[in-house]
Amino acid sequence: MNPPLSHEQLERARNAGSQLHHFHGGLRLRHNKKISCELPLEATPLPPRLFVPMLQHSGLSAEPTVKPGQHVFKGDQIGYYGVKEEMAVHAPTSGTVRLLTRRPISHPSGEDGLCVVIEPDGLDQWTQLDPIETWHHADPARLRQRIREAGIVGLGGAVFPTAIKVDDAHERGIHTLILNGSECEPYISCDEMLMREQPDSIVLGARILQRAIGASRTIIAIEDQMGAVDQSLKAAVMKSGADDIDIVKVTTIYPEGGEKQLIQVLTGVEVPSGGRPADLGLLCQNVATATAVAKAVVEGKPLIERIVTVTGSGIRQPRNLVARIGTPIEILVDQCGGYTEDAARLVLGGPMMGYALSSDSNPVIKAANCILVLSELEIEPPQPEMPCIRCGECARVCPALLLPQALNWQIRSQQWDEVLEYGLKDCIECGCCDFVCHSHIQLVDWFRYGKAELRSQQAERGKAEAARARFEAREARLAREKQERRQRLEQKKQDLRDQADMKKKLAESIERVQSRKDGGK
Amino acid sequence: MSRKFDTGGAPHFPPHSTVASVMQQVLYALVPGVVAYVWFFGFGILVQILLAVAFALMFEWIMLRLRKQPVRLFLGDYSAVVTAVLFALCLPPLAPWWVAFTGMLFAIVLAKHLYGGLGHNVFNPAMVGYVVVLIGFPQVMSLWLPPASPADYTLGLGAVLHTIFLGHLPAGMTWDAISQATPLDTIRATLATGGMVSEARESPIFGDFGGLGWEWIANFYALGGLWLIWRRVISWHIPVMTIATVVALGLVVYLADPGSNPAPLQHVFSGALVLGAFFIATDPVTGCVSNRGRLIFAAGVGILTLVIRRWGGYPDGVAFAVLLMNMAAPLIDRYTRPRIFGQ
Repeated sequence: MNPPLSHEQLERARNAGSQLHHFHGGLRLRHNKKISCELPLEATPLPPRLFVPMLQHSGLSAEPTVKPGQHVFKGDQIGYYGVKEEMAVHAPTSGTVRLLTRRPISHPSGEDGLCVVIEPDGLDQWTQLDPIETWHHADPARLRQRIREAGIVGLGGAVFPTAIKVDDAHERGIHTLILNGSECEPYISCDEMLMREQPDSIVLGARILQRAIGASRTIIAIEDQMGAVDQSLKAAVMKSGADDIDIVKVTTIYPEGGEKQLIQVLTGVEVPSGGRPADLGLLCQNVATATAVAKAVVEGKPLIERIVTVTGSGIRQPRNLVARIGTPIEILVDQCGGYTEDAARLVLGGPMMGYALSSDSNPVIKAANCILVLSELEIEPPQPEMPCIRCGECARVCPALLLPQALNWQIRSQQWDEVLEYGLKDCIECGCCDFVCHSHIQLVDWFRYGKAELRSQQAERGKAEAARARFEAREARLAREKQERRQRLEQKKQDLRDQADMKKKLAESIERVQSRKDGGK
Repeated sequence: MSRKFDTGGAPHFPPHSTVASVMQQVLYALVPGVVAYVWFFGFGILVQILLAVAFALMFEWIMLRLRKQPVRLFLGDYSAVVTAVLFALCLPPLAPWWVAFTGMLFAIVLAKHLYGGLGHNVFNPAMVGYVVVLIGFPQVMSLWLPPASPADYTLGLGAVLHTIFLGHLPAGMTWDAISQATPLDTIRATLATGGMVSEARESPIFGDFGGLGWEWIANFYALGGLWLIWRRVISWHIPVMTIATVVALGLVVYLADPGSNPAPLQHVFSGALVLGAFFIATDPVTGCVSNRGRLIFAAGVGILTLVIRRWGGYPDGVAFAVLLMNMAAPLIDRYTRPRIFGQ
């Protein structure tokens, strides 16, 4: 379906970052990031209870490996999922497992999920750690294994298990690692603060990742509106002595931080539809993921905390916090001075792609880059949905070059073949179409529904295929058995015939002998 | 203590525009053209606009009630008002009231609601209404006034209202005395009797390019249209391509036979071309979605307009051209789909 990548395109991918390009559509949004960048990073205190969800990655939920009453050390594995345990969850502090229970887990579906509830003992005592201090000489396979054990997922919000990405990258052969520091959604500033305050850790993570996947260079992409961030990163690169790490500033246009958009900006080449950056010899990771890798390798610590931006006009003192996974959101809000009087909506993530939470008792999860509290004014008034007037604004802003209004009609009228043909699977759910829609159609919601429908149809088809295969196998087996039975029967008959022949021959020869004897008398 | 919140879908922003605000901007953009119209042709057009809007809202209300749709929401979207104003701008200023009534009946009831209401209609409702009255009442649709400055209006407001509501001129006036053929009519009639365009143009009703007065109205429509492009309510593709096609094709036929073809700019500034290019062919519901599709759509409007003007049965062809291209729009959309990212 896609034309193969040309030599020239691959060459451009190899020279990523040397020249900047544009992507189609997108939005220029008000940044609103400064408000949360004024105070330095601060750690969140230990809450009375931590609620660690087992589902914190894309895919299926992890299985808990602890029981109520059991004592855990900080960093002990408390659950995992996957054949190679690529989705592991760890204890964010030392303490006692109180119970395993289903409760709200800050998942986009809004559904409850299994949580391990830990009551901290206050000692915050690490488990036995196994740092790989000599990572420069370590076997890359060992580094990748460590990334797997540490339960690292993409911290930009997609929470795809990093181990899977890294293994795939290693197998496919990657020349350039791209560290994505262009957080394009308004309000979110956790990556910006990280790049300002812990640039060394990012550079270290970049070098380790580079070794783990065998890439020859790294590009750290940041936004042109991030002020002094490039200075601090450059200084860190200098300090590390690495000469294969470049820092590239990209223009702030939402969603330029999307993986495919960022690669288009850096290379001018589009990741093939249905393909991956690895097709171009690239691997994209969030900057915070790189620091998690650095910690996992050099300090031996699994992913148990992350930086969270707590911001919005509904928060008294917006800032960035370092919070343990499982900390109830209300604890973070309290640390930021609490809510303002007109706080009206609690969003996990940014204003474009984040989802509204119904309660601040929900826990911080690995995906929680931002807790955004908006005031009445910023979300009101809710508008009723009008019919689509085909103005085409959605298509103008769509970075995936789709026709959202056409997809909307097709999904509503269940024309699934058309939906596939019009590229629903290429939708990145950035919400640009939703934002500009004059008729206030919740396009992204429809697209998510459409994708879920396609997935379940595929699963149905898969089941039908499997049933057909089973049926055919059974038919074949029955036919084979019948054939074998017939053969056995034939064989038996033959044997009987043979036996009869034998008897006859025997009788004849006996007779002959007898007659000879008789004749000899 | 934990706190509960109401949820809602992303994006979490206040709505930055509405269907109603789009329609309102289209109405604002028409104001300069309407003012120029009144300046040259008197109050008749204002009365036509008010009548058409009133009938449109009435039919809209009836249909929304019959279709059990939220009346307040849809009456407030201004789409029926835009239809009515565009329709009224096509009428002779002194047309009797039942012309607007009939036009709006067909535009709102038939072309809009029987096809499913806002967003679902295949044909431009204003043009359906206009074509119905053009074909149905050819005589009253040909009674145009000569341009004049306000001081020389032949009819006062009272006479205008009298004519529109009673259907005949006040005592002592005759249509022969006050009405006048449009520039396109004049050219057509001259050509039909074996004359040349240059002869027709000797008539005092012509201005620099198009008809006297009409060309200024067209300029002000274009001004409003440019504002809509600047506001991103419409894209440049349709107006630019429509006018460019008319100029380019008009130039070819003009150079081939200047005697029986008006100059390209004469075409642009005559009839409903500028209004059509900026306000009618740009109707999103009945047009094409992609920019490439819009260019093809607009070229079709331009070509058909010229063809109908030159060889068709009517002096102007914008309305027919738009309706014909409305039919072609879904097909054009099908073949002008943008390439999907990464394919």
